[in-house]
Amino acid sequence: MLEVKDLHVTVEGKEILKGLNLTVNPGEVHAIMGPNGAGKSTLSAVIAGNEGYEVTSGSITFEGQDVLEMEIEERAQAGLLLGFQYPVEIPGVKNVYLLKAALNAQREARGEGEMPAPEFMKLVREKMAFMKMDPSFLQRAVNEGFSGGEKKRNEILQMLVLQPKLAMLDEIDSGLDIDAMKVVAEGVNSLRDAERAILMVTHYQRLLEYIEPDYVHVLVDGRIVKSGDKHLAQELESRGYEWVTEESAA
Amino acid sequence: MATEEMEQLVRREYTQGFVTDIESETVPPGLDESVIAFISQKKGEPEWMLEWRLDAYHQWLKMKEPSWAHLNYPPIDYQAISYFSAPKKPEDRPQSLDEVDPKLLETYEKLGIPLHERAALAGVAVDAVFDSVSVTTTFKEKLGEAGVIFCSISEAIRDYPELIKQYLGTVVPKADNYFAALNSAVFTDGSFVYVPEGVTCPMELSTYFRINAANTGQFERTLIICDKQAQVSYLEGCTAPMRDENQLHAAVVELVALEDAYIKYSTVQNWYPGDEQGRGGIYNFVTKRADCRGDRSKVSWTQVETGSAITWKYPSCVLRGKDSVGEFYSVAVTNGRQQADTGTKMIHIGEGTKSTIVSKGIAAGNSDQAYRGLVKIGPRAKGARNFTQCDSLLIGDRCGAHTFPYQEIGNSSATVEHEATTSKIGEDQLFYCRQRGISEEDAVNMIVNGFCKDVFQELPMEFAVEAEALLNVTLEGAVG
Repeated sequence: MLEVKDLHVTVEGKEILKGLNLTVNPGEVHAIMGPNGAGKSTLSAVIAGNEGYEVTSGSITFEGQDVLEMEIEERAQAGLLLGFQYPVEIPGVKNVYLLKAALNAQREARGEGEMPAPEFMKLVREKMAFMKMDPSFLQRAVNEGFSGGEKKRNEILQMLVLQPKLAMLDEIDSGLDIDAMKVVAEGVNSLRDAERAILMVTHYQRLLEYIEPDYVHVLVDGRIVKSGDKHLAQELESRGYEWVTEESAA
Repeated sequence: MATEEMEQLVRREYTQGFVTDIESETVPPGLDESVIAFISQKKGEPEWMLEWRLDAYHQWLKMKEPSWAHLNYPPIDYQAISYFSAPKKPEDRPQSLDEVDPKLLETYEKLGIPLHERAALAGVAVDAVFDSVSVTTTFKEKLGEAGVIFCSISEAIRDYPELIKQYLGTVVPKADNYFAALNSAVFTDGSFVYVPEGVTCPMELSTYFRINAANTGQFERTLIICDKQAQVSYLEGCTAPMRDENQLHAAVVELVALEDAYIKYSTVQNWYPGDEQGRGGIYNFVTKRADCRGDRSKVSWTQVETGSAITWKYPSCVLRGKDSVGEFYSVAVTNGRQQADTGTKMIHIGEGTKSTIVSKGIAAGNSDQAYRGLVKIGPRAKGARNFTQCDSLLIGDRCGAHTFPYQEIGNSSATVEHEATTSKIGEDQLFYCRQRGISEEDAVNMIVNGFCKDVFQELPMEFAVEAEALLNVTLEGAVG
């Protein structure tokens, strides 16, 4: 599904990713872990199309398409969606409006018509109930004045409505208390099926207790230096990152 | 996304730039007493009107063009302007649409104003002004039944001299300001509305203005009088064809609201803003003022300003009557090299008067805009209240937005609130929307329309849709 090959990325002249390789297949959940500044968030941002990053070499393909040749919105329409670590506020634009515009833009790109308004509202209400969000939330401006937890729930709500093929979650657990984290994790887990994949970037193992990954990758200094299953995350939690770095250098 | 690209996105070409080939009867450029006499005679005006005009002209000669606004433009040569232009045979004015020059109808079509359809479908009476002469007025009969007078100001001068003598120039005096004095001397057409006591006007009244002949200044004069307990909603919309010379427009709009009357005045203004260097755009120097003369009277100004090279405009309310209410809702969009200095004045004179100001400014490209608002509370205005909110949205980093709020409070029982914000359409906002699958252009429109919501909801339904579309066209760019 997603194939990242020998990816090199620089930001303002500084190389952040230094030859990263990653393969994600349908139905899989991958977790990328690593120390601060290793380039975890850079990977998901580059796949999503953030223009602040320069890809100097390597390739990214998604279902056979060259992702680096696609516009940001085309990537989203193809089913690549990023849940932001710091979702931006958009004053005056209601949540319901953004959701509707996004869903219909994606449907249009797939050659489906706009979703009729009653059907859309039914879908959104259902997903909001699942995320334990108050209906009044739809009429509020996108992320404006939201608490950290509300912002993260909103990111997952968008995922549930838009149903991406590959959901990328950038530090979706940061700033969440345990109850909010459970709700967010349930939302993410509801996305899991044989057709879909999830790529999580996280700093802590805690999240992985609620969303069990099939694969855990350790990203250090711009490269994936170790991969394993969920037990690797537990090992990282107890031993830190240093031993992995040393092992890979050896 | 780079700032450059974002600016490309907001660049657009004026889609209504074309010139209709209709011969105009135009006086040679220049202004003196004989030109004013010519205009007055062309309009078949009585002697007292000519004297009124000449008095304004003499006062204008002694005045100086204002320079306090946050605007920058080359000096205007008032002797290089032609002050009268009319479709060729004014005495053979068409009485119905069938008699209207097909070319003119075509022009309206291009403007998206299919007059007959629009009038019939929307139940709107349209007094269409093409250059300076009213071409046709529809729905006169229905209005007549209700006792509402809706005609051109020239007709009103001939047919309702008593109303004109009683009200013309009482809200905006002849020598109120430089441009108002010029208008008083040379105004050629405009609308007149009188709604009698207790009558709610049965339809929304609408006038479309269009400047056509090159180098012809357009001096519209509008007078709306709402008698006791009467109500009217008036829509004004403007477009202009592409031209090389700057075209001066100095309109005067006077509104009079008597006891318990309510006037809602909505404007969508889309004049040619000039090319990318700002050449050839319209200069729009307008004086709009409402006099809430009666107790509990109310006037509401709503404007969407997207056009003109330069805009100088402050729709104002003089709140004279006890408990009278003034409102001002404005969206101003500037792009390219446009400049706008706009805002409002709320003059609280009577007891318990209330005013609300909501101003939304959007600046893109190299444009520059200023909100200038005055809230004045007089010594007798006990318990007066004002709420002001002005927000600016910047697109790119070569544009500017400035806010000049003035307050003169002459009464300690008054409550005056002011809120202001400036924000920028961030690249992170656009990235966020696009990462949800929304195109760049739709994302900009969504953010801008969201920003303007508070004002759009004040517009009549049909106009709100038009305004939203207009905003999207204004900010349309090279993307895609």
